[in-house]
Amino acid sequence: MADDRGGGWFPPMDLFRSEPMHLVQLIIPIESVHLTVSYLGDIGLIQFKDLNADKSPFQRTYAIQIKRCGEMARKLRFFKEQMSKAGITISSKPNLLVDVHLDDVEARLGELESELIEINTNNEKLQRSYNEFTEYKLVLQKAGEFFKAALSSAEVKQREYNKSPHNQPVESLSIPLLKDDELKLGFLTGLVPKEKAMAFERILFRATRGNVFLKQTPLEEPVVDPTSGQKVQKNVFAVFFSGETLKSKIVKISDAFGANRYPFTEDLGKQTHMITEVSGRIIELKMTIEAGLLHRSTLLQKIGEHHEHWNHVVRKEKSIYHILNMLSIDVTKKCLVAEGWSPVYATRQIRRALRLAAIDSSSQVGPIFRVLHTKKLPPTFFRTNKFTESFQTIVDAYGVARYQEANPGVYTVVTFPFLFAIMFGDWGHGICLLLATLYLISKEKKFHGQKLGDIVGMTFGGRYVILLMSLFSIYTGLIYNEFFSVPFELFGPSAYACRDDSCSDATTMGLVKVRDTYPFGVDPTWHGTRTELPFLNSLKMKMSILLGVAQMNLGIILSFFNALYFGNRLNIWFQFIPQMVFLNGLFGYLSLLIIAKWYTGSQADLYHIMIYMFLSPTDDLGENQLFNNQKTIQIGLLLLSLIAVPWMLFPKPFILKAQHNRRHGNEDAYMPLEDIDDTLHGESNADCEGDHKFDFTEIFVHQLIHTIEFVLGAVSNTASYLRLWALSLAHSELSAVFYEKVLLLAWGYNNVAILIIGIVVFIFATAGVLLVMETLSAFLHALRLHWVEFQNKFYNGNGYQFRPFSFSLLEDESKLN
Amino acid sequence: MYGFEAMTFNIHGGYLEAIVRGHRSGLLTAADYNNLCQCETLDDIKMHLSATEYGPYLQNEPSPLHTTTIVEKCTLKLVDEYKHMLCQATEPLSTFLQYITYGHMIDNVVLIVTGTLHERDVQELLEKCHPLGMFDSIATLAVAQNMRELYRLVLVDTPLAPYFSECITSEDLDDMNIEIMRNTLYKAYLEDFYQFCQKLGGATAEIMSDLLAFEADRRAVNITINSIGTELTREDRRKLYSSFGLLYPYGHEELAVCEDIDQVRGVMEKYPAYQHIFGKLSYGESQMLDKAFYEEEVKRLCLSFEQQFHYGVFFAYMRLREQEIRNLMWISECVAQNQKSRVHDSVVFIF
Repeated sequence: MADDRGGGWFPPMDLFRSEPMHLVQLIIPIESVHLTVSYLGDIGLIQFKDLNADKSPFQRTYAIQIKRCGEMARKLRFFKEQMSKAGITISSKPNLLVDVHLDDVEARLGELESELIEINTNNEKLQRSYNEFTEYKLVLQKAGEFFKAALSSAEVKQREYNKSPHNQPVESLSIPLLKDDELKLGFLTGLVPKEKAMAFERILFRATRGNVFLKQTPLEEPVVDPTSGQKVQKNVFAVFFSGETLKSKIVKISDAFGANRYPFTEDLGKQTHMITEVSGRIIELKMTIEAGLLHRSTLLQKIGEHHEHWNHVVRKEKSIYHILNMLSIDVTKKCLVAEGWSPVYATRQIRRALRLAAIDSSSQVGPIFRVLHTKKLPPTFFRTNKFTESFQTIVDAYGVARYQEANPGVYTVVTFPFLFAIMFGDWGHGICLLLATLYLISKEKKFHGQKLGDIVGMTFGGRYVILLMSLFSIYTGLIYNEFFSVPFELFGPSAYACRDDSCSDATTMGLVKVRDTYPFGVDPTWHGTRTELPFLNSLKMKMSILLGVAQMNLGIILSFFNALYFGNRLNIWFQFIPQMVFLNGLFGYLSLLIIAKWYTGSQADLYHIMIYMFLSPTDDLGENQLFNNQKTIQIGLLLLSLIAVPWMLFPKPFILKAQHNRRHGNEDAYMPLEDIDDTLHGESNADCEGDHKFDFTEIFVHQLIHTIEFVLGAVSNTASYLRLWALSLAHSELSAVFYEKVLLLAWGYNNVAILIIGIVVFIFATAGVLLVMETLSAFLHALRLHWVEFQNKFYNGNGYQFRPFSFSLLEDESKLN
Repeated sequence: MYGFEAMTFNIHGGYLEAIVRGHRSGLLTAADYNNLCQCETLDDIKMHLSATEYGPYLQNEPSPLHTTTIVEKCTLKLVDEYKHMLCQATEPLSTFLQYITYGHMIDNVVLIVTGTLHERDVQELLEKCHPLGMFDSIATLAVAQNMRELYRLVLVDTPLAPYFSECITSEDLDDMNIEIMRNTLYKAYLEDFYQFCQKLGGATAEIMSDLLAFEADRRAVNITINSIGTELTREDRRKLYSSFGLLYPYGHEELAVCEDIDQVRGVMEKYPAYQHIFGKLSYGESQMLDKAFYEEEVKRLCLSFEQQFHYGVFFAYMRLREQEIRNLMWISECVAQNQKSRVHDSVVFIF
């Protein structure tokens, strides 16, 4: 298949192209199917196709087992909730060595659940009565205080009354005011939640037309409500009323407000008696409850030891049954048919797993493995490691590569951090970034598989991208000679020195070259001079164009390798070559001019050359001439570029039409059967081939759009690379501003307080703006340059990912949730 | 009619409109209903629902399920969504959202009052109340003996208080009184809601007046049909009709004198908007009328999502979800009682 064809040309490298995939069919006898799928899940190299897509979940064969697994998962969640409530940690390492059967687990879980529920209900009952008694005790105390307070204040009043000489002495307080027994005041005491107290009082007032006396005092500490088991702030109340109807009303109202009523006596002796009795009960209950809790926690501890393991088993079983539901049952009901994609290299592993499963389940017939030929586009699968994974993710975020097309991920590993670093060139900031990412990498083992926050998680996922980004930005920072915007003479002294004492800091006037050119990067003398910006701008702008043209050329060359790989010569001759000619005729030439200018030190005006190359190509170049015959070469390049446009536009649709007609015309005649590989690749690379109808206008318009896009894109994409310069400029200017206007300014005051403030502001500005926000913006721009400017030259990105059925992936997923 | 909602609506309403439209896309589709109707047991229903937005609400329910649990959990989801929206809403949307629940409040009040009249346990009744129509002192309703007490004790604190002015009497409560009270309250509520929407203006007024008019007309028809053969006088009957809607005022005059279902039908067929609802029914039949009305309502509610920048979508979403829960209840009930042939009798497909 594909690897045979590619074998000679391309050594099998994991990331350049997707792994060769094939569609396989497994026919598995029903008795060994569970074990087979389990073994296949262990190796995790096959993506099953859903062969029952038209059936709803509960109509499938193994719906009952899935329901059972769901039920067990629910029980496990219940245990987990109970354990976290009880503060028992789940032992993290699962003892996977013990192989348990699902039925045993189910039975065990059922037992444990009913035991736990029983303990819980018992405990709840006890807890409830405990809470009730606590409330009762509080009511007794508080209400007792009401009566005592009322009595003592009345006594005081009476004493005062008796003391004044005008008044008649009154009889003792204990003699009732009204002798009528029928008019005895009744009262109710209880507890009402604090937030409802106001409404309670209001309703009581309304319902009884004010014929009650309500006294409330808030409790200092929240009590546990017996019904809900929650801690609530409550008020103790006592309502005094007269008559039976009122009593029933008040009872109803207090029920409606969730107010718990408790009996209470006026007799002081009885009160103290009741308090001691209640306290005794409370102590008793407390001991029982503690014993119950101890029992419960030992049970939970026991569950906690196995919880992780059971959870693992249940998840695994559930996933196996989900897969089994995707298989179609043979008419004889003796075997199941599975179809799925797998990488070609995994064939041996799969076969071994199948054999093992057949032996282990002592099935008489082994499963049948065969490769199916199909015209469907296989999924794309790259074997990434933890380092390349994040770079591949950057590419996949744009679109998953079409099956076996060139993978830009390989190049992204280097170009992405490099383009980032051009915009982020400062080796001081680079070192900060490096330290941060080294911290993340050193904590890799600890963080891996843990649920991190959004931002931390994202940073952690991209730790290797950031590592390379920081290394590259240290490199470019050394080239730009910037360390928090301060230059250093790292690679020897500056090449320039003052001719006499007349030269000031602000200009480069009066400097003469005294040594060899500064060996690496920008000469520190440039820093802070008036000509610094014009010099750096010119440098960075030209550099951006060079890098841009180089990267776009790489993109077009990749399209050549794609065309070669898929055997599409049309794309080589009528797409790749004219595109190369057009881009290099104009912007390749510009790059050449830039290099020539740097090399010769000429003062030629490149804008002028480029503009007049179009406007009046025959005019003499004058002082802008860089090399001999420049005019002739320019005219030649211009003509070539002009020819390249119709070259891209016209031939391809017409040739396609001719091919189609030829094929169509020959349909009656006998044709040799095409090789299956050809059809596979032929289908996967050209939209216009294949069985579907050939519509010339559509193809032509398509090609027209492509051509226009490329021609305009060549100009706009090159201009787009200038963002490298713009962002790099913005970064260095910002850091210069923070350094000079904050740190140096604060330094200038000669005041420790101001200096400290200045340093703090500088640190926060550097960390917040330069390290975080600038990193983000440079990252986004590098991303854009890759997605738009680089990948639109060759990348289809309309494939789909290979998602194998694998237990290890399942574990990772469940850990993150 | 149109204001310039498009310019300013999104400042306050944009986020919630997006939320509610997102919720709407979670409603069950015809394919879901088809699958649900094929379920054999309630566990199958749970299994199917676990793939929908109801999943998280049902997943921790132990296995022998009951219809009430399903309905309760589904309602809980609606309530959670409603509470979230109400929390995020600013005026006047928050008032609008509160208006939506008043209907449930009226129903709850009636439920409790009727229940206590028949000496049922208050806690039991409270469990049956719709959670959207709960208010603080609802349990106290049991204390009241007549309308005046009802009002003075409890309802004066609730938003329903203004609607009560029509029905304060010192008569003792009985079934008939309560039913009249319900309809009077509902009438006042609908009129108030209608006024409120008119005040909001713009697309909200336009769409809501249409939806509320339909609601008012449906109630008018139901009142007429239910009061045929009772001692309710024509004059009393006419008092219960809301003073807006397509039927107002001439249709109400005619409905007030109807003596049997065919006369009602005669009246309604004069209105093109309702012609086809009655066209579906055979003569003398009123069983299927509810379903026909529900179907028409669902159609109208769905249409309100076609316009942007108005509050009608919130009303429509709540109503559609309630319809969905009614559907689920019916399906689960049919499945639980092995009456699967009757599943389609009362299920109203939303999409």
